[in-house]
Amino acid sequence: MAELSTRFLDLTLPTPLVLASGIWGTTVSLLVRAAEEGCGAVTAKSCGPTPRAGHVNPSCLDWGHGLINAIGLANPGAQAEVELLRAAKAKLRPMGVALIASIFAGPPEEFGEVAAIVAQAAPDFIEVNISCPNVHSEFGEPYAGDPDAAAEVTGRVKDAVREAGIAVIVKLAPNVPSIGRIVRAVVAAGADALCVINTMPGMVIDAESGQPILANRSGGLSGPALKPIALKCVYDARKACPETPIIGTGGVTSGVDAVEMLMAGATVVGVGSAIYYRGPSAISLICAELAAWLDAHHIARVEEIQNCAHRERIYSVAPTGAPIPLAH
Amino acid sequence: MLPTPCRIVAIEVDNYRTKTFIFDARLEAAPGQFVMAWLPRFDEKPFSLVNADPVTLMITAVGPFTRLVHELQVGDRLWLRGAFGHGFCAFPEQRRPALVGGGYGVAPLLWLARQQLAEGAQVTVIVGARTQADLLYIDRFERVSDSTSPGALTIRVTTEDGSRGQPGRVLDALTPLIERGEVDGVYACGPHGMLQAVEAVAQRASLPCQCSWEAYMRCAIGICGACEHAGKVLCLDGPVLAAQRSFGASSHCASPL
Ligand SMILES: Cc1cc2nc3c(=O)[nH]c(=O)nc-3n(C[C@H](O)[C@H](O)[C@H](O)COP(=O)(O)OP(=O)(O)OC[C@H]3O[C@@H](n4cnc5c(N)ncnc54)[C@H](O)[C@@H]3O)c2cc1C
Ligand SMILES: Cc1cc2nc3c(=O)[nH]c(=O)nc-3n(C[C@H](O)[C@H](O)[C@H](O)COP(=O)(O)O)c2cc1C
Ligand code: FES
Repeated sequence: MAELSTRFLDLTLPTPLVLASGIWGTTVSLLVRAAEEGCGAVTAKSCGPTPRAGHVNPSCLDWGHGLINAIGLANPGAQAEVELLRAAKAKLRPMGVALIASIFAGPPEEFGEVAAIVAQAAPDFIEVNISCPNVHSEFGEPYAGDPDAAAEVTGRVKDAVREAGIAVIVKLAPNVPSIGRIVRAVVAAGADALCVINTMPGMVIDAESGQPILANRSGGLSGPALKPIALKCVYDARKACPETPIIGTGGVTSGVDAVEMLMAGATVVGVGSAIYYRGPSAISLICAELAAWLDAHHIARVEEIQNCAHRERIYSVAPTGAPIPLAH
Repeated sequence: MLPTPCRIVAIEVDNYRTKTFIFDARLEAAPGQFVMAWLPRFDEKPFSLVNADPVTLMITAVGPFTRLVHELQVGDRLWLRGAFGHGFCAFPEQRRPALVGGGYGVAPLLWLARQQLAEGAQVTVIVGARTQADLLYIDRFERVSDSTSPGALTIRVTTEDGSRGQPGRVLDALTPLIERGEVDGVYACGPHGMLQAVEAVAQRASLPCQCSWEAYMRCAIGICGACEHAGKVLCLDGPVLAAQRSFGASSHCASPL
């Protein structure tokens, strides 16, 4: 069977699948369950400086072609998160599965403070969520929309965890004019890796009541509808920074989806909404399908397909092309 | 699936703070499954299905959402999505199940009892509450009893203040039944403390036991993790979880039945 283990930063993960942040929330038992299903790394729900209840319901729905959520970053606060991450790490380490902590904050310096607290738990990596679309009113526009702001936050977090020696992953948003510019800015500011992408802002309205359904009115789209957007963002990010490891995330629900994400330039593949579309065993199903696809194509190691879409086939002749339309 | 507006066609008053709402809708579902009920621009909350055809919900007014729902009249709409989760799994080989409901935990049990009676089981229902005024659905169970063969359904009532039935809690009625070997399976819905106690007595007697657990629900589709309980997401793996291996390798049964 094809080799699924994948190098990511300084670790070799047993599989290239990563549980996306916010999926299954913040409980140790569910992070471990995702690891047992076959994740090579699991990401905890984003935590901030203080405990947050999150938004009122409805806060997450299936709208037909994907999910939409505005959980509103419900979390127990960084201090409580430390205990949770420690307990999770103790269970994950013997399995060889990496633990990624995820953080958010208000002003840039607060990102540094939260990172320093979370670092006490010695997670394998810290992911910086500068791209949550659901907390505008409190935290303003996501930093992921502006290269300078994104770089400043990245720098603060790097400074805060440099001594602890924890690598920093920056999680980016799809709704920017040029993700390549953001990628170059955060990598120049010290980002060790990228997570591409977070959810895409959207809204669902109930025609019968005439009202937005989410209590937060708008939310973030995930699942199948997100996949082509995610593939394009990962592709652009890979072009912008050929050497930076990328967690390609968005709309992956099958082994072939994972193949496509790796081909677009992902180093490893984030999986979230698939746990709804395929059920709690989604990760193990996707792992098995990925291995079967590689076997069927006589590919020995999953790492061989990374960046495939960037190695374009070249022909000796050019296609004829379409004729210029006639005015008539 | 998005919330669908469902019109209320009948409302029955069950006690001083509980009403049963019947809707012009039907669902494919099993007893123990639940729906999310939405009041536009207010909130969305989980409720067990009392019946799926027509969709029927029993709602106790305990807070802002449930009080607003109590103000709705026949002809008004409530938006529902579901059915969600895994419900109770009735086993034909169980001949003498005990159904235990505490507070509004009786909601899914009437339907389950009817299914088990239809299989020819001899069913004991234990309904408990703090006082006589808090009791729910006794009259409905009595109507079911009247319409089945005599003795097929036994109803036992407990109240903590002794104002009706046996003084005490549901466990005080369940334990002697189990000790006398009069029960071969336990199905329960109610507050966590009650369920833990029921599970413990059932397990001591090596009886299969299915409990419907409660948790704060958000997505109801098993991805947000809000409803975690003992390593399970209750909205999907539950809300009914089996306590014993005798229910098969998996901890729940497929739904709808
Ligand atoms: C799977 C599932 C099935 C459910 N089925 C039903 C059902 O069939 N019928 C039903 O009425 N409710 C049911 N509930 C509970 C129902 O969802 C809550 O009662 C409802 O969310 C309360 O919302 P609220 O805004 O009115 O009150 P909140 O402000 O959310 O709650 C008010 C306070 O009352 C407490 N409380 C909640 N329920 C009760 C209760 N019954 N008795 C005493 N205190 C309570 C809460 O802990 C809180 O402190 C179910 C819950 C789950 C998870
Ligand atoms: C219910 C839910 C909660 C989420 N919470 C977070 C979060 O706390 N932090 C974060 O960075 N991303 C969060 N996300 C975004 C996911 O991590 C992921 O980027 C997105 O869902 C796209 O992947 P998918 O299509 O595989 O779900 C959440 C997504 C969902 C559906
Ligand atoms: S309510 Fe979201 S996982 Fe159960």
